[in-house]
Amino acid sequence: MDFLRTVVDWFAAPSRWQGPDGIPTRLIEHVEISAESVAVAAVIALPVGIALGHVGRFGDLAINISNVGRALPSFGILVLAFLLLGFGDTPIVLALALLAIPPMVTNSYVGLRSVDPDVKDAARGMGYRGLAQLFRVEIPLAVPLIMAGVRTSAVQVVATATLAAYIAGGGFGRYIVDGFATFDYTKLFAGAVLVAALALATELSLSGLERLLVPRGIRSLRAPGTRRGASFKTA
Amino acid sequence: MTATLFLDAVNPWIDWTWLSDHTSLLLDRLQEHAVLTVIAVAVGTVISLPLGVAAQRWNALRNPVLTISGILYTIPSLALFAFLVPYTGVYSVTTAEIPLVSYTVLIIVRNVVVGLDAVPPDVKDAADGMGYRPLARLLRVEIPLALPAIFAGLRIASVTTIGLVTITFVIGLGGLGQLIYTYGMLENNFRTAILAGIALTVALAFAADGILLVAQRLALPWSRTA
Repeated sequence: MDFLRTVVDWFAAPSRWQGPDGIPTRLIEHVEISAESVAVAAVIALPVGIALGHVGRFGDLAINISNVGRALPSFGILVLAFLLLGFGDTPIVLALALLAIPPMVTNSYVGLRSVDPDVKDAARGMGYRGLAQLFRVEIPLAVPLIMAGVRTSAVQVVATATLAAYIAGGGFGRYIVDGFATFDYTKLFAGAVLVAALALATELSLSGLERLLVPRGIRSLRAPGTRRGASFKTA
Repeated sequence: MTATLFLDAVNPWIDWTWLSDHTSLLLDRLQEHAVLTVIAVAVGTVISLPLGVAAQRWNALRNPVLTISGILYTIPSLALFAFLVPYTGVYSVTTAEIPLVSYTVLIIVRNVVVGLDAVPPDVKDAADGMGYRPLARLLRVEIPLALPAIFAGLRIASVTTIGLVTITFVIGLGGLGQLIYTYGMLENNFRTAILAGIALTVALAFAADGILLVAQRLALPWSRTA
């Protein structure tokens, strides 16, 4: 109990809420680097996954990319990016984006593939062709799984961004890495609280966004348990 | 350019001499990594099977079990290690295994539930008609039919755990993460050790996946799912 008291005091100290090592600065760093990484990954991964799912080919590639992604050690990839590109945000964003691509490709592929063929037939019968069918019928129906992929990736990026503190990155990982380095268990524990809270907040806010993006017409159709993609955890 | 060439000479990407001089170091780290993984997956399986069966049977348990394990799964491993260190200490296998087991439990429980859900009701009716009692039906009809899904969970859990064990270097435990951190980063970013750590982790993950796939084919000759 005494220990948890020191953690509460750590949070209560006014100096914790200002300056370059303050919680607001670290939060902005963490969110910024994560958002950039997810955006870079989404720009690459979603078109690829959606295109593969639409044409229905290279399915093995789309599925296996997640298996390969799981096998990559996130910490090793961060260090490798640092060796190749040096200090700064660029290597961190590229490494995190690389780790975020596989779940987005796999989930959007599966989402597009699981659109009912009868629905596609009906769309064609109603005069939808090519891109109109893709954008106005298939993608809206696949939104739950596409967003499941984005959410999975985003939560993993937030988690893995913590490790970026080992290659001189900012964010909440700083408290954990510095806490370990100086045996300052109060700082370590407080950093863990912040990182865990941010990861859960990411999961919840993206679930909320997903709910907004799912077309009203299919909300009730969604069977429970189908909106989650395959497990994916890199950090 | 000259600077790069100089760096490549003193800090090569692959220094074969160092690698051949340090094979026992590499094998020791590999073995530590494998042991931490096997403990996590084995303990996770032992917990997950009954938990998954219970969650699939009783609706009251289903949502709490999946929600709580889902929340644990969302929390970054570095944070869970950091939460535990003040209580269970560094250099502690317990500190490493509590998070790792939690993560494997979520993966395997979900697959147990999905696998059991997918057993066709007709098959259960037929088993009842043949006089199976509930426990016998579960052990001899439902679980065998759910085994492909359970094996898929074991494979994902093993590959995931092998990736996560690289992070246990933060609590001072062995494993391939030590090659990347202690023998790589702390030795002026010695590239060979870092690359060896990454390569051996990926190789171990593929090996584990392959071994489980072969085990699945041998144990369930009727299942041909990849």
